[in-house]
Amino acid sequence: MIYLRLIWSYLKIGLFGFGGGYAMLALIEKEIVGPGWVSEQMFTDIVAISQMTPGPIGINSATYIGYVAPGEYSEALSSPVYGILGSILCTLVVILPSFLLVAYTSHLIHRHRDSDVVQGIFMGLRPVVVGLIASAALLLMNGANFGTETTDVLWSIAICVAAFVMVHIIKWHPILIMCLAGLAGWIIY
Amino acid sequence: MKNIYWQLFSTYFKIGAFTFGGGWAMITLIEKEIVDKKGWIDKEEFLDLLAVAQSLPGVFAVNISVAVGDKLRGMKGAVAAALGTILPSFLIILSIALFLTPDLIKNNPTLSSIFKGIRPAVVALIIAPVISSAKSAGIGWKTFMIPVAVALLIWSRLPVVSNPILYIVLGATCGWWWLRRHRATLRRLEESQKKEEEKKL
Repeated sequence: MIYLRLIWSYLKIGLFGFGGGYAMLALIEKEIVGPGWVSEQMFTDIVAISQMTPGPIGINSATYIGYVAPGEYSEALSSPVYGILGSILCTLVVILPSFLLVAYTSHLIHRHRDSDVVQGIFMGLRPVVVGLIASAALLLMNGANFGTETTDVLWSIAICVAAFVMVHIIKWHPILIMCLAGLAGWIIY
Repeated sequence: MKNIYWQLFSTYFKIGAFTFGGGWAMITLIEKEIVDKKGWIDKEEFLDLLAVAQSLPGVFAVNISVAVGDKLRGMKGAVAAALGTILPSFLIILSIALFLTPDLIKNNPTLSSIFKGIRPAVVALIIAPVISSAKSAGIGWKTFMIPVAVALLIWSRLPVVSNPILYIVLGATCGWWWLRRHRATLRRLEESQKKEEEKKL
């Protein structure tokens, strides 16, 4: 049964996908393209679409693959009803393991909030988290986000600096900044 | 006063609808909505929740919303926040899959130019919380090297040392060890002061 296999694969992805979206992609590829549920080409398309639409990439790809996979698996399942069922299942299943883990961990931490162990752990973690956020920013300053040609790179840097001033100094709402950046891209390119 | 679950759901719906470039880009948006506007949690707690969300597997953005929702209203709050986060992407992707072909999106010049503008702005949205979180983490000149080293090592993409999990384990262990030692010293100080006072008496 395709749905059970999809559920099993997405449970594994949800449970072992450490490090956020892009790190999860390798695992998704192994679990989904490996058994031949979607072609390599379609997987690349799905990744591209996930990047161009809002929302976490793990969720986007789960929804899309859940929709496509039943039809690819068998002609009898190619009606949209089976696809929608698949996408609901995959999206819920991919968040299930981490949902339970995070909820349980939060409870534990909340209960032992005042203990030396928990306080010490978070004292040590805070500077590390700052470093993690900084590393995410560094990793994203690449050709895929800033372009490869000189004019593209210069425009990208200008947009990046302007967006930083707006969010950090003028303290505009991030959603407004996203819209402005999109508008700027539309005008420039 | 509107229902808190509805508020959680709608706030995260808004956040989910405007998340481009993965969970890290959400931080500024979440901080704005949850910490600044709603005042549901303070900045330091927010940083701790980020640590929890990053330490566990799964979709980072969903983990953050589950942690915040759970903190506010337990299991029901976590469900409301998680559904709010995933629903926008679910609906958008499903309508693309239902009504459009992938090529229409992929090779659309207008969309791709809009995204060429959005991507560098997303990077700026991730740089901003670096500075604000450094402040709420109480980073001074002495501890300045920790986040810098962590960021550069992860960025290096070298084997082993570029794995973020390593620094989470290290940070947690060192913090626990340091506080234990520190507490012991504090207690010793207190005891010696008491003894001196007793002697004087």
